[in-house]
Order: sequence, then structure tokens, then C-alpha cells
Amino acid sequence: MRITGVRLVATTVLAALTLAMGACADDSGSDAGAGSGTDTGSNSSGTIKEGLKVAFLPKQVNNPYFDTSDNKGGKVAVGEFKGTFSQTGPSEASPSAQVSYINTLSQQQTDVIVVSANDKDAICGALTEAKSAGAKIVTYDSDTKPECRDVFVNQATADGIAKSQIKLISDAVGADGGEIAILSATANATNQNAWIEMMKTELAKPEYSKLKLVDTVYGDDKDEKSFQEAQGLLAKHPNLKGIISPTTVGVAAAARYLSGSSYKGKVQLTGLGTPNQMRAFVKDGTVKAFALWNPADLGYLAAYAGGALASGMITGKEGDKFKAGKLGDYTVGANGEIVLGDPFTFDSSNIDQFNF
Amino acid sequence: MAVETPVREPVSPPRATARGLLGSWDLLVLVALVLVVVVGTLTIDGVGNPRFYRFVVLEAIPIALIALPMTLIVITGEIDLSVASTVGLTCSVMGKLWQSGLTSLPALIAISLVLGAVLGAVNGLFVTVFGLPSLAVTIGTLALYRGLAYVVLGDKAVADYPVEWTRDMIAPIPGTVIPWFVLVVAALAVLFGVLLHATPIGRGLYAIGNNAEASAYSGIAVMRTKFWLFVATGVVAALAGVFWTFRFASARADNADGLELSVVAAVLLGGVSIFGGRGGLLGVVAAVALLGTLRNALQLADVPANALTIVTGTLLIASVVGPNVVRMARGRLRRRPPEERTQP
Amino acid sequence: MTALPTAPPGPTGPTAPTEQSAPTTAVHRVFVVRELGIALALLLLVAVTFATNTRFLSAQNVKDLLLGSTILAILAVGQAIVIITRNVDLSVGSILGLAAFATGTMLQSAPGLPIPVAIVVGMALGAACGAVNGGLIAAARVPALVVTLGTLYVFRGIDYTWATGRQINAADMPHGFLRMGNASILGIPVLALFAVVVLVAAGLFLRWYRSGRELYAIGSDPDAARLYGIPVGRRVFWAFVTSGALAGLAGVLHAARFGTIDANAGLGQELNVVAAVVVGGVAIFGGSGSVYGAALGAVLLTTIGSALPVLGINPFWQRAAVGALILAAIGLDRSLAVRMARRLRGGSDRGR
Repeated sequence: MRITGVRLVATTVLAALTLAMGACADDSGSDAGAGSGTDTGSNSSGTIKEGLKVAFLPKQVNNPYFDTSDNKGGKVAVGEFKGTFSQTGPSEASPSAQVSYINTLSQQQTDVIVVSANDKDAICGALTEAKSAGAKIVTYDSDTKPECRDVFVNQATADGIAKSQIKLISDAVGADGGEIAILSATANATNQNAWIEMMKTELAKPEYSKLKLVDTVYGDDKDEKSFQEAQGLLAKHPNLKGIISPTTVGVAAAARYLSGSSYKGKVQLTGLGTPNQMRAFVKDGTVKAFALWNPADLGYLAAYAGGALASGMITGKEGDKFKAGKLGDYTVGANGEIVLGDPFTFDSSNIDQFNF
Repeated sequence: MAVETPVREPVSPPRATARGLLGSWDLLVLVALVLVVVVGTLTIDGVGNPRFYRFVVLEAIPIALIALPMTLIVITGEIDLSVASTVGLTCSVMGKLWQSGLTSLPALIAISLVLGAVLGAVNGLFVTVFGLPSLAVTIGTLALYRGLAYVVLGDKAVADYPVEWTRDMIAPIPGTVIPWFVLVVAALAVLFGVLLHATPIGRGLYAIGNNAEASAYSGIAVMRTKFWLFVATGVVAALAGVFWTFRFASARADNADGLELSVVAAVLLGGVSIFGGRGGLLGVVAAVALLGTLRNALQLADVPANALTIVTGTLLIASVVGPNVVRMARGRLRRRPPEERTQP
Repeated sequence: MTALPTAPPGPTGPTAPTEQSAPTTAVHRVFVVRELGIALALLLLVAVTFATNTRFLSAQNVKDLLLGSTILAILAVGQAIVIITRNVDLSVGSILGLAAFATGTMLQSAPGLPIPVAIVVGMALGAACGAVNGGLIAAARVPALVVTLGTLYVFRGIDYTWATGRQINAADMPHGFLRMGNASILGIPVLALFAVVVLVAAGLFLRWYRSGRELYAIGSDPDAARLYGIPVGRRVFWAFVTSGALAGLAGVLHAARFGTIDANAGLGQELNVVAAVVVGGVAIFGGSGSVYGAALGAVLLTTIGSALPVLGINPFWQRAAVGALILAAIGLDRSLAVRMARRLRGGSDRGR
């Protein structure tokens, strides 16, 4: 009796596993044919090779921002140069889980890994290992250490973002100035911290002498936490006049809080947000103006940069030039950085023209 | 090899001895592991590759480490949910010490292990001296230790360790691709395995899990045993913290967040009863390997992370529901003949 | 008096202080004292914070505090009912996320849907999830901790797979629904009224209904309850269905309050809920405590979260404070239980 019982369970489990494995085998079959190019000869004036395997690895797969950049930008670009696009990644934004996915991509002999770093240092080792296995590494949105990747596609320079954000909050608050605060993402986010530093530099200029930065809080790019942090800011600083939230999750949460509170219209808000998320709040007067680049363009440019690298058209050194499809020509800057452009300002006059 | 020796035991933990070293569940998990490896190698590109196992092992090391003492704790009917927070606090303290100029690696490791022992002792103290349920205590210290990790290091990361340290921690055994640190895990596994399966202390652990009161009356130092188990768990979790810091070259307060669930999942899948008194180390080690291999293989087969979440949960539920359904079915079959033994 | 078994002597007894179906005055008093204790701690915290910054009690901030506590309190009521039966439900955060996303999707595609329908559908979805938990636990006789840890992953995975990076924005949802998330009646937010109704209903059920009191008996001693003829499996099943339905309701309210919903809603919430319940004096091994205590625990935890930044304490201390509070609360419960056991034993010796 005992033996049969065990055998029954064993058979069931084995059958289930076999089924699962069979299903997986089907999935992987489609990729198996696409070999990685071995031709590393100079190709500086040529075109991007066909059949490149380009994988996008966002901070987490369940984030609409990355859904737009990867599936509406990267995927289009990879289709244009006839490569194989894939998006993979952890369900939660953790560095250790991202390392695991980098390892997987490197084993799959991916030609280009396009990654947004959850931690500047933690994924460095895995990226180096993937690089030595033949992959080209492009970081986008959030960078790792320069020696661990080939190029970094920057959505905008820290300087450009800081200038635009301070200008927007200053215009919104008005000539009298007052106390302002920053609602950021996670405190380890490389890009956020660079922007905040530049904003402080910008605030030191005489024309902004009436604005006083009193606090920086972190919403961890979680809607709920950002909402509560916005609420906390107002409870803590009675004289607060404005909030800058340079992250799409944070600015939407803060706008949502302000629009339903008695502070609506009295406390100004600006930041980096997507038009679809912010439309309602621009129309009801909670937010006068905010900025962003087009995340789809960011993914698009990153894919082309990766394609150019893997085809030997560029190497990532300063001065390298390449053409990124409909976006036109780009030049690699210092430290292997490629800048998408200046952030774009959205307000009630133009917001209806955008849909992302 | 097996601990079948019918010695005069004060309290007989019936299931423990009857199961022997290799229970049927352990065997089942091992078979599943072999199957995943074989099927994976045949059907998924890259699973046969030695590099695959290097990555699997690297990922499994922290879970395997903590699962060893956790097995012993769960066998005594307790649980420690604070282990991942202990890892995080160790990482934070190590980062802080390094930042403030302590550059001796042995000293850093020694301080970390002592810290782990203290954190484990706090758990042990609350559970044994104050007699509080370990589930509630370690949910409390889960929050407390993680909170302290943030207090110590804030939300900064400390990452400027010497390259040799971070490289050496994941260096392979010469001539292979398997990280040398796996030998540390193996040594600890043998240590805990012998303790659990071949000593009176181990038999005592099963006895405590089956009936703490009865084993107390029969002379087993229940409280002292449990206390030292929590200390051991703290030390091993701190060791995992040391490994984590150098493996990722980054000490952060949120290191290993949520790892406690992976460890508990592995221990339960390994056949240890959450009520105590049943299970063995071999099954747990096999379960850690099974979960790690399956996860990486499916990842390699482009199964999305979201679906992997469902697989993990389903396996966990199946690991408790499966044996119970079998036991019930067997019970029903056995009850049919009239010459059934008297009710237990 | 005979209905009361004495608490196990010595530190070995892991069983919680036992409160039987008909609480005697002595036992009852201890638990009233216990709830008063939390209320007192809450008052003290509010007073100190108010003294530091009077804005802490501004109308807006009080509204925010109530709104902030609402969702956690509703989850805590469901969790308390489950824990009283000596079980635990770790999947509530995932059920909340699933229900919130379902509500958002539903209202997005059918903006004209009446709000009560949305609430009923959300609760029904939660109840279905709870029935999965309860069914596995009651029918296969497996520990709740393991099953709900498994369904924590499974429900979240379903939510993730369904959403796959999509987000539902405030602009996509009907105005009436979002207005409910912010509206107040006589200064009390509408959402908080939901919590009050849930709390009072659960409180009355546990106190005055036979099946409610049987939950305490099950938690005190499942085997004895079974021998006594209580349908343990069925009661436990319904406890999980209730917890699931309340988590579903919390998901709907989450959608109304936050407006923006992605697949991560309620992530990691389960530990906060268990913490609130434990701080509120519900013994983790069942058989004692009340939903009022659990709700008070939820309010206390939320208030700590808002008070720390106002007090100028680094918010990094928040989690550590919650941990310390849990340890203090279970320590207090233990010492109360020991004292009570001693008093009861002393009383019967003297033949009082």
C-alpha cells in the first residue's frame, strides 16, 4: 500500500514536470535558430546586422514606464533592423533578481543586453561576465559603473532635467517663492540622486534665491508609499509651497493626493510624468506643467545603440557616430553616454496631443 | 548508515526512526531533481552547460545555508522568520564598519558572526525564557532587524570593497566552474546532518517536535536546545550576509529582502512538517537544489518571472497537500479490512 | 467558572491564554484592559505629536490618518477572525492586489457600472480566493501558514500575469468612484465608514452569535471543539472566506482611494496586517482577542507611520519601532495571561 501511494504521487509529479518542461521546450525552440554574429570586423559606415538577439531587462517587468520604453520603443527599433526582440526581468525591482536574469541572458548568447540598473554596483559583476561571453551591454534609464557597460543611453542630461524642474516649480510657485520639497524614487537610484544634486546647484543661483529646499523624501517608486510620503510632507511643513517629484510614479501619486485634499491649487506640484497619468490633474488645475522625455524614444534609441555596437559600427568611445532610425544621428559623448535630448514640457495647451 | 539502531530511547520519536535517513519524500524530491536536470538538459539550450550550474549554485548558496539550521528549528516545532532581516542587518553593519575604516577582512567576518549570534540569541531569549510563540516573536524581529538595518546604513549602498574580496568570494574551485563557497555549505550540511541524524541531540529534536512537554519530562533540555538552535540560525544567517555582501559587491539595508519565504518554502518542500517532528536534511538540501535548478531552467526557457511566481506557490502547496492526500487515501484503504488494529 | 481551563503552567506551554465561548468577568476585564492599553498608547502618541506640531490634528491630517488606517483596519478584522481560529492568512496582500486590479479593469471598461456592483464583485473575487485557501486547509487538513504562503505567490502571480506592466490611471476611472475615495460625511471619510461597519458587524457576530463564539473554542483547542461537535472544518473554511472577502473589499477601497493601480498594490501588506492584529492583542495561537483590538492595532501602526516624520524622527526608525512594538505587545499579553492564570488558580484554591 505504502509503495503504491508513493508511486502515485511520484507519477503525478513527474507527469506534471514533464508537461511543464515540454511546454518550455516549445518556447525556447523559436530562439534557438538565431545564432550570434561572430564577425567583429570594423563596420563603421555599414548597416546594422540582421538577426541580432536584443533583450531588454528593465528594473522590473510590472512597470508601465518600462512597458512603454521596451514594447513601444525598443521592440519597434529591433523590428526595423530585423533582429529578435525580447523583454525579460524580475517581477520586483531587486538587484539580486536582476543579476539572475543577466546570467540567463548571457547563457542564451544574447547579442545585446539593454538594462536599467536596480543597483549601480550589484549588477556590475554579472554584466562583466556577460560581456566576456560576447554580449554588448547598453544601459538605459539608470546607469551602472561605466566600466561594466559599453554605452549609457541617457534620457536627458542631469543638468537639463534639473534646470527644467527648477524652472517649472519656480514658475508655478510664483515670484514670492517659499519652501519646496522633493519626492524622489528610491534613495539608491543613480539618476535620481544626480538630478537632485544638480537641482541643489541650480537653486543656489540668485534668480531662485526665494526658493528654499526643506526636505527630500523617498516613495520607492511605489504608488502607495509615494502617496503617503506626499501626505507626510504636507503634515510636516505647514509653509510648503511646492513639490518636485522627478519620477513618474511619485508625481502621479502626489498629484492624486493633492487633487483630493484641501491643498489643491495652494501647493504646487511638478515633476517628471507621463501625459496619460497626468492628464486629469493638469485639467483639474492640480498641476500647471510637468516634463518628460518620450520613454518609447528612449527604448528606441537604446535598441539602435545596441544594434550599432553589436554590428561593430561603434565601440562606445567618445565621438562615435551612428544613425538611430527615425530619431536621426547621435554621437557618443564622454564616458560612453548618449543623450536622448532635452526634456519636453507638457501643459494644458499641448497635453491632448500625446498618448503614452 | 541509517539510524535504525533500536537503542533504549527515553522518548521514542516513532516516525523519525521509522523513516530512517532516506524517507520516501526525500527520495521523491531527489527523483524530481534528477528529472528536472535530465529533461532540462535534453530540451532547454544551455541547461547542460557547466556555467548553468555555476549560476544555480551561486544563487542557491544563501538559501541553502540558512535552510540547514532552519530545518532543525522547524523539526522542533518552531520557526524563524527573521533570517532575511538578519542577513540585511549584517550587511548594513559590515558596510558601516568598512566605511568607518575597519579594513581587516577576518575582523569584519568575525564581528558579523558575533552579531548574528546576538540577533539569534534575542530570538531564542524571547521564545524560551519568556515562552512566547516563535512565529510572533520572529515576525517582530523581522521588522525590528530590517528597521535597524535601515537605521544603520540608511538607504545608501556601500560598494567600494577591494576587488579581490568580491572576486575571491565567488571564485571557482580550481579546475571547475563551481564556486568554492559551496564547500563551506557542504561542510555545514554534514555538520548539521550528523547532528540531526546520528546523535542523541538530533533524536531529541524530533522528540521535542513530536511532544515538547513529554520530552521535557523525560529529561531533554527543551529550552536550552531551542535557544542554541536560534543562536546557530543567527550565526549562519550572518554568514549568508557576508557572502551576500561580497557576491553582489554591495551592502544595502534591503539585501535579501523576502529571502525568508524562499527558505521556508525550501524547508517545507523538503518534507519537513511545519508542526515539527518530521523531516530530514537530505530532503531539504535536495529541495533547495530542485527549486534553484527548476527556476533557472525555466528562466532560460523564457518563462516570464510572473509565471515563475505561480510555479513556486503551486509547488509549495503541492508539497503539503500531496503527502496529506496520499496519507488520507492510504488511511481509507487500510481501514477497509475488518481486522484493523485498535484505534491509536 | 468551571468553563475556564487554567492556562498551562510554566513557560513550556505554547498555548495562548484561553478564553472560552462565554467569557467570565475576570477574563473579560483583562481583555478590555488590553484594548484600553492600546487606545491609551494611541492617545499618548497623538498627544505628543500634536504638542510638537499642532498641524498633526488639522482636519486634513485627521482625514488622512483615518483614510490611511481604513484599508489596514479592514484587513486586520479579517485576519483577526482567522487567527482566532488558530490559523493565519498570509495571502491577504495578494488578494487585495488582485481585487484592486480587477475593480480598476472592470470600471475602466464599464464606466457606468454602479459602485455597489463594483464592491460586490470585488468582495466576491476575494471570497473566491478565500475559498481556495479555506478549501485546501479544511479539506486536505494542511497548515494554513504553508497554504497561504503558497497562495500569496499564486494570487500575486495571477495578478502580475494579468497586468503585465499595465497600469490603470485615475483618468481611466469613473469620477463618481474616485469621489467616493475622497468624500466625507460629517467630517468622516466615506471609506472609513466602511471600516466602521465591517468592524461593528464582525464584533457583534463574534460576541453574540453561537457560530462566532465557536471560533474561539476552535482556536483554544481544535480537538476538544471537534469532540464537542463543532463543525471545525466548516467554521475554518468560512473564516477564510470572510478574510478573503474583506481583502477583496479592501482592494476595491484601495482602487477608489489611490486611483492609480498597478499589479503591485498591497505588496508585502500581509506582515503589516499580522503585526496590527498581534499588537492589537489577538494571540497568534488563537482562542483570544477581539476584532476591536485588531482595528486599534491597525490605527496605531498607521499613526506611528505618520507621526515619526512629524516628530522629526528619521523615518528609517519606523520599521524598527513596529518590530519593537510587536515584541512588547506579545510580551505584555504573556505576562497578563500568566497573572490571570495565577489569579484564577489562587481564587479557586480559596474556594471563592
